[in-house]
Amino acid sequence: MVQLLGIPPQALFGQLLLGLINGSFYALLSLGLAVIFGMLNVVNMAHGALYMVGAFLAWLLMTHAGIGYWPALVLAPLMVGAIGLLLERTMLRRLYKVDHLYGLLLTFGLALIFEGIFRHQYGVSGQPYPIPDLLKGGSNLGFMFLPTYRGWVVAFSLLVCFGTWYAIERTRLGAYLRAATENPTLVQAFGINVPVMVSLTYGFGVALAGLAGVLAAPIYQVNPLMGSNLIIVVFAVVVIGGMGSILGAIVTGLGLGLLEGLTKVFYPEAANIVVFVIMAVVLMIKPAGLFGRER
Amino acid sequence: MPDGSITKTAMLEVGDLHAFYGESHVLHGVSLDVRQGEVVTLLGRNGAGKTTTMRSIMGIVGKRRGSIRFQGQQLIGMAQHRIPRLGIGYVPEERGIFSSLSVDENLTLPPVVKPGGMTVPQIYELFPNLKGRGSTQGTRLSGGEQQMLAIARILRTGATLILLDEPTEGLAPVIIEQIGVAVRALKARGFTIVLVEQNFHFAATIADRHYVMEEGRIVDMIPNDQLHANMDKLHTHLGV
Repeated sequence: MVQLLGIPPQALFGQLLLGLINGSFYALLSLGLAVIFGMLNVVNMAHGALYMVGAFLAWLLMTHAGIGYWPALVLAPLMVGAIGLLLERTMLRRLYKVDHLYGLLLTFGLALIFEGIFRHQYGVSGQPYPIPDLLKGGSNLGFMFLPTYRGWVVAFSLLVCFGTWYAIERTRLGAYLRAATENPTLVQAFGINVPVMVSLTYGFGVALAGLAGVLAAPIYQVNPLMGSNLIIVVFAVVVIGGMGSILGAIVTGLGLGLLEGLTKVFYPEAANIVVFVIMAVVLMIKPAGLFGRER
Repeated sequence: MPDGSITKTAMLEVGDLHAFYGESHVLHGVSLDVRQGEVVTLLGRNGAGKTTTMRSIMGIVGKRRGSIRFQGQQLIGMAQHRIPRLGIGYVPEERGIFSSLSVDENLTLPPVVKPGGMTVPQIYELFPNLKGRGSTQGTRLSGGEQQMLAIARILRTGATLILLDEPTEGLAPVIIEQIGVAVRALKARGFTIVLVEQNFHFAATIADRHYVMEEGRIVDMIPNDQLHANMDKLHTHLGV
């Protein structure tokens, strides 16, 4: 087969697919972070841990209750969302009137607690989670082999991301959310229960993380540290895209995943740092991020 | 009309209202009443407590003491988001047009709380400037158009009492005239309006009665037809 710049196409497309998969997770996670930051002004450091909790809940449902992938895809995010509601109602809510830093510290502490609990219970070796029967196997696209499950993850993540974008930018509920992000006092003065909206926003944001966790379970092993490995990159994605920008989070997440994949092909040594190099450059040129507005 | 007396038909009754921003005591026993269909202004210098009175009625200022009754219902202690649902619309001083929302989205943002609100075509008739601007970003409108939009979006909700905080601030005379026409039209439609105004001439063309505020208190109440007789007194209060 023809070689492209001295790279076999299988290797190139293989890495691009891997990049797209990683990008899908970046997009789902940074989307949740962006929604939460926009509404609550909280940098949710517990996001990675709740992604891990989502994966573990899917695994626990499977091993203890015999509940498979498809129901878990709905149940686990709902459970993570419920955990989020509880955290917001009992703890985060108390911190809105003080410096944002306290929200960051609280959620960071929560992340450590969640990880500690699961590490204590299940160790760090990781638990396997099978690919559901329907999505086993793959297809030869001619230029590359596409495992069905990976194709599903990319397609489904894109669907969820753009569904969320549509709901926020084009619907009435989304208009409430955008307005309350801008001026919660006035939205409340129109008769909308903003504190409930804030709770639901946090619940929804972390439910997205839980969903990403379930999607990730069959690809990576279910591991208490899977969140903390990923979340550092995701925060870099959010900084590059611009804090609080919905479309920015999605586009940057996917774009950086692809870029990481490409770097692995052309200059593997830099693959682990390329995102951070881009973050540094973006911060120098456009401190509010590529899609962010100056506050 | 027995001016100044609190009658049973009062729509809004504020009695001995004290309000606080943190430690500072801003309102010191404000009492006023607004009857159904009336336009009442709050006059006074900057910092006299006019805006705080409105924010207290809406529950935005949370630390309050005394009594605020709307159609007999006590608002102090009521959950903040329930107050507008009784039929009170608020147009804040800074207008509060949302930049992340289009003109249409701004217009339809406040939920309808009571039947009998104006329809969108009726609103466009009142504010022709807003017509055809639906997809424009809210904050791209001119200052006057933003003010019209801020009033317009309340009219849809079915609110019967409207709190208008300085609708003419920073606007050109020709725009102020348009706002005046609109407010008079609202009055004719039976809306009850509380108006905070620095522009005393504007207030005089619209209002039935004027409350004069000073240092967090009501110091005088002047019916509009006695305004000219009270000019000297008013000048001292307002320092104009």
